[in-house]
Amino acid sequence: MEKQKSKFIVNSKKLGFFGDVVEKCYVLLDNKKVKWMVFAAILALAILFPLISTNYWISVMQNAMFFMLLALGLNIIVGYTGICNFGFAAHFAIGAYVTAILIRTFEWNFWLTLPISLVASIIVACIVAGPTLRLRSDYLAIVTLGFGEIVRITARNLQITGAASGLSGISRPELFGIHLTTISHWYYVFLALVVLYIIISNRIKNSRFGRALEYIREDEDAAMAMGVNTAKFKLFAFIVGAVMGGLAGSFFTVRMGAISPQSFQFIMSANILLAVVLGGMGKIPGVLIGAAFIAIFPELFRDIPFIGTARMLFFGILLVVVMIKRPQGLWPERRR
Amino acid sequence: MLHNSMTEKQLYANIKSGGENSLFTTYEIIFQQLINGLIQGSFYALVALGFSMVYGIIKLINFAHGDIYMTGAFISFVAFSIIASFSEGVVGVVLAVIASMLLCAAIGFSIQRIAYKPLFDAPRLSLLITAVGVSLILQNTVMVITNGQFMFFHSAIDNMAGVRFGENIGISFLEIAMMLITAVLMIILTLFISKTMWGKAMRAISTDKDACRLMGINVSKVIGLTFMIGSALAAIAGGMAVIYYGQVHFFMGYIIGMKAFTAAVIGGIGSIPGAMVGGLLLGLLEAAGTQLIGSEWKDVFAFGILIAMLIFRPNGIFGKTTIERM
Repeated sequence: MEKQKSKFIVNSKKLGFFGDVVEKCYVLLDNKKVKWMVFAAILALAILFPLISTNYWISVMQNAMFFMLLALGLNIIVGYTGICNFGFAAHFAIGAYVTAILIRTFEWNFWLTLPISLVASIIVACIVAGPTLRLRSDYLAIVTLGFGEIVRITARNLQITGAASGLSGISRPELFGIHLTTISHWYYVFLALVVLYIIISNRIKNSRFGRALEYIREDEDAAMAMGVNTAKFKLFAFIVGAVMGGLAGSFFTVRMGAISPQSFQFIMSANILLAVVLGGMGKIPGVLIGAAFIAIFPELFRDIPFIGTARMLFFGILLVVVMIKRPQGLWPERRR
Repeated sequence: MLHNSMTEKQLYANIKSGGENSLFTTYEIIFQQLINGLIQGSFYALVALGFSMVYGIIKLINFAHGDIYMTGAFISFVAFSIIASFSEGVVGVVLAVIASMLLCAAIGFSIQRIAYKPLFDAPRLSLLITAVGVSLILQNTVMVITNGQFMFFHSAIDNMAGVRFGENIGISFLEIAMMLITAVLMIILTLFISKTMWGKAMRAISTDKDACRLMGINVSKVIGLTFMIGSALAAIAGGMAVIYYGQVHFFMGYIIGMKAFTAAVIGGIGSIPGAMVGGLLLGLLEAAGTQLIGSEWKDVFAFGILIAMLIFRPNGIFGKTTIERM
């Protein structure tokens, strides 16, 4: 069908000046040596950052990296596969609450709660997506939205999740004999996680699984006709994304030491979605830039009276403008 | 509206205490919840109509629709505070709601033109994400204006005046009027869809947009009209909600948007009578759910119904069984 043609991949040459710059970058990055040098430089910069910066900016960057984790998770679902998830905060909430409850109530070691959090994320993803993925694609949008609310309201009403005030006093874990207490410790933990998530995303993208997902995004019917088990792959993608969100939630819990239902509102899901859409769905560098923007923007404009409060209004406008004018996001995919 | 929430709490306390120091008899509880359910259901039905019409015609889940309801409530509130200086009674309230209806129709039309129309031919995901963006814009515009506060509404209409059937139960004139207005609007809409040329065009477009274009129907005009009618209905629901509950908050549209979608799915999305029946049914089910498992679980209960419906009967009560074609 003509109108189903993807708008996500466009020839970057058509994009004018910005496109030229990106095209030049791509040509430059084609050289393996340059590519690794750029990566190494960025990583080195990230590692050295806490040594030259104030605590405030370290915590802002650490928050940005937390958003990157969530956005990379959602990117698997929305960016790679092209299915909706408007309640991503719920997956992050599942991981966060599982870890918090196991540490607080049952006094588990943090590292042992991670497998449980992973299993819980998988089960929940299956419950949400399993039955609805077979239906009309946009039903999933509303189911995920409703699910996001169900999780938040349930967390607010149950005693075990600490009701409206949430759970606090969650002890910080140890890693290699170091008690993770200072902000720099957490900066490095999240940096390591971001690198890990990038590697996972990259491996998925270049695998058989990733190609199947891309095919589904571009033309689901054709993919099905070519023998791709679309229902299975869509469910897998949903699960992978949910697990990435859930584990990020577990780390969020121990980093903050406290969680409450306030953290898992619709605004959170909308922010993560914006991070993915803004950077360009399916593109790892784009998603990272988008997430950094979402986290740093409010800090820059915190003290300016109008923009500070109207932040989400601005984000909403941005979302619409990006979808209409640049559906491929800030970082367009290279056409091969 | 205070007395209803009071009753709800008392009813809940009554259930908790096992009916021992019972304030109400079982019949009184059932009657009161029936009224609550029907009122809430009327709001759902009015919002669901817009949802269903838009979905029927361009296959878009318009996330911003719940926020149109909120905008309608807010505009009614603002309009009434202007009008109230010379007419505080029923006339003023009606004028305020009409003003909000007209403005919301215009807003709905502009949203369709500016945000959705350029993306009709794009993948569905783009349209859905845009709808989320529009929803954020509406919510946060009102949030900035109201500073995120609840706005309280006072009119000269007596919420308590009405027909009493006993010591504890009764139905107020306001409630009767609201149910009547809902019923009349639904009848007018049904007649409009089934009897007029515009209605015929809408039905035709929902079947095959391209064929309609070939037959000389001005498709974009009809789509615009659909958005206007849907938004006007949501604005009426919003206006009535302001009068009934007496408050406006920028986030009030979010939950009702999803509930209205649930109602539309129960009735079969795209079907006009389905949206009406679904709305009333959801209102009643929710009232029953509130009574049985407590009001804090009300929303979870409603979304549970939605997910169950989507799994077991995705075409709803009135929906036709259709196969998604390529």
